[in-house]
Amino acid sequence: MELTGAQIVVQSLKDEGVELVFGYPGGAALHIYDAFYSQEDVRHILVRHEQGATHAADGYARATGKTGVVLVTSGPGVTNTITGIATAYMDSIPMVVLSGQVPTHLIGDDAFQEVDTVGITRPCVKHNFLVRDVKDLAETIKRAFYIANSGRPGPVVVDIPKDITAQRVEYTYPKEVRIRSYAPVTKGHSKQINRAADLLLNARRPIIYTGGGVVLANAARQLTALVDKLGYPCTNTLMGLGGLPSDHPLFLGMLGMHGTYEANMAMYECDVMLSVGARFDDRVTGDLAKFSPKAKIIHVDIDPASIGKNVRVEVPIVGDAGEVLDQLLVAIASSGSLPRRDDLDAWWKMIESWRGRESLAYDLSDEVIKPQYVVQKLHEVTLGDAYVTSDVGQHQMWAAQYYGFNKPRRWINSGGLGTMGFGLPAAIGVQLAHPESAVACVTGEASIMMCIQELSTCKQYDLPIKVVNLNNRYMGMVRQWQEFFYDRRYSHSYMDSLPDFVDLATSFGHTGLRVDKPGDVEGALREAFAQKDRLVFLDFLTDQTENVYPMIAAGAGHNEMVLKPANDGTAPAERELA
Amino acid sequence: MRRILSLLVENEPGALSRIAGLFSARGYNIESLTVAPTDDDSLSRMTIVTHGSEQIIEQITKQLNKLIDVVRLLDLTEGRHIERELLLLKVVAQGTDREEVKRLVDIFRGRIIDVDGETYTIELTGPGDKLNAFLETIPSSSVLEVVRSGVSGIARGERALRL
Repeated sequence: MELTGAQIVVQSLKDEGVELVFGYPGGAALHIYDAFYSQEDVRHILVRHEQGATHAADGYARATGKTGVVLVTSGPGVTNTITGIATAYMDSIPMVVLSGQVPTHLIGDDAFQEVDTVGITRPCVKHNFLVRDVKDLAETIKRAFYIANSGRPGPVVVDIPKDITAQRVEYTYPKEVRIRSYAPVTKGHSKQINRAADLLLNARRPIIYTGGGVVLANAARQLTALVDKLGYPCTNTLMGLGGLPSDHPLFLGMLGMHGTYEANMAMYECDVMLSVGARFDDRVTGDLAKFSPKAKIIHVDIDPASIGKNVRVEVPIVGDAGEVLDQLLVAIASSGSLPRRDDLDAWWKMIESWRGRESLAYDLSDEVIKPQYVVQKLHEVTLGDAYVTSDVGQHQMWAAQYYGFNKPRRWINSGGLGTMGFGLPAAIGVQLAHPESAVACVTGEASIMMCIQELSTCKQYDLPIKVVNLNNRYMGMVRQWQEFFYDRRYSHSYMDSLPDFVDLATSFGHTGLRVDKPGDVEGALREAFAQKDRLVFLDFLTDQTENVYPMIAAGAGHNEMVLKPANDGTAPAERELA
Repeated sequence: MRRILSLLVENEPGALSRIAGLFSARGYNIESLTVAPTDDDSLSRMTIVTHGSEQIIEQITKQLNKLIDVVRLLDLTEGRHIERELLLLKVVAQGTDREEVKRLVDIFRGRIIDVDGETYTIELTGPGDKLNAFLETIPSSSVLEVVRSGVSGIARGERALRL
């Protein structure tokens, strides 16, 4: 059948099985928007800012494993997506961004709303395309989806000039696509698998350290099976939470800068480390010179370039996390060997002594709301089964530390890029993917302001998201670093002239609740989640000076954690971190 | 260490900027970079001379291989190989210097390809270090212009970089 380029875009999305597109119209994309008008197969969600479209598509992708799709116009439409594309790139999230472009004959002319989309997105995409011939359009879209959601996933941009969307051509959507320079390896090398199994079974102080790759590869089941089989301790990165249920007895909690004492000490003291789908990020490793000095490392990753990038690896295994874990389970079972029980008992004894330090304990108060308490109550009220999105800062760390994620794809945050403004639009994508599920956006009063306009999108589509605003009237993490490392010079970290969030939510057509007493926290949460069909904005006025503990200062090692503030009120900077 | 990387890349607009962008974004060195068509219309051949520790070189090759536009990559310096670079040099050649420059060119097996009353234009090919050695023999005060092509390379024997 012969179609216009614009119709090909819509038909290709339909044939790709796309349910939702997040977008915002504009001149160069108008033919495509016209093609959307006369069909109902692909639902278009109108956001209020293109950044919101990318985060919403990203949240949708994280919550489902499907590719998030964005449609924007040229020029500012594209530049507004950059933060969202970079966010998806850093966390390896499958996303396809379709952008309008000025007509072919105007490209390079500094035409109205022209920007070099391929050039400006190049450093933060897995790949991008400029379509120069309508005959290539369907094939290019097919390639974009294939690249975005295979191997190490990531965002792919397809830039489509306006004249191409008007031209007509015979349409067929390719059934499959082959790219001669791109063939991700998913199965681990059998020799390396056997070496890894051998190393693991002979470990005296083993640890399993996993990241977002386990979640992306839907390998939580295999990870849990391996942990159960070996009886080894397991820790997750910020991106990997939910990879092993947080209530699993062998789970040590999150590791890294604000990880638990037991997770970080076990990383420091281990002799064999199995890392799966994690990339030894600086927030995880601390000072590389002091990182796990006694460990032999097995590194499983779909991306060969992640292996050996930051640390020396004993056994590199390139492959899909799920497939490699399955292979490891088979290799361990068929080896006939068992873990060294005596060594393991002694190792767990050490770990239990670290656990005994209760590094996540905090002082409750009757006077002022502790942010950690709000997150714990959120877990209780939602039975630990909510999808939780977050922005970036202290509230993000508290959500990660205290919510307790028992399933993968429930914890949705910007780990790599650290994008404030992510949480609310991401929650839109999550709620649309899971209309019947509880979705909470744990945020702070600074972050929420960065994409606050999306409250309007929430109203248009009746999304019953619960915004949990931990409002301490500070950019909390900035303030915390200034307290520790800048002698309490709180330069521009105070949020002056905040809106009345209850009135703000009301003006967007939502319900707002302000909570300023610890005794009212649980009741307010219950009241909010009881409203199944409404967005409720919960504005919790929390302790202004609460800090995130425990903490490894940048440049310190895992064994140099600061657990709590000193009783004399001095900041850790003056005691141990200097 | 100095490495010569040979690449076959898709003959697409933007392939060069992806590769150059990778080097600048990740802070890798480029000593020289050449790119030209091949006998296959769909491919360009690129030669990159870079240097770094073993770990950096490993990252460079892995990151290059990750680019969708990179079809094949060979580190020529891992095996026996031939390296060539073209130098075009314009020098002042007057009086007694004229004969001296001519002799140096002969010693290095270069050619004088353009002459006028005041200058010689010299063509010389060879590995980078040969060109460097030649340049060191010419007094810098007489050098008017240096044009180097950047390194091209090919593996010795049966090893060949093709699809």
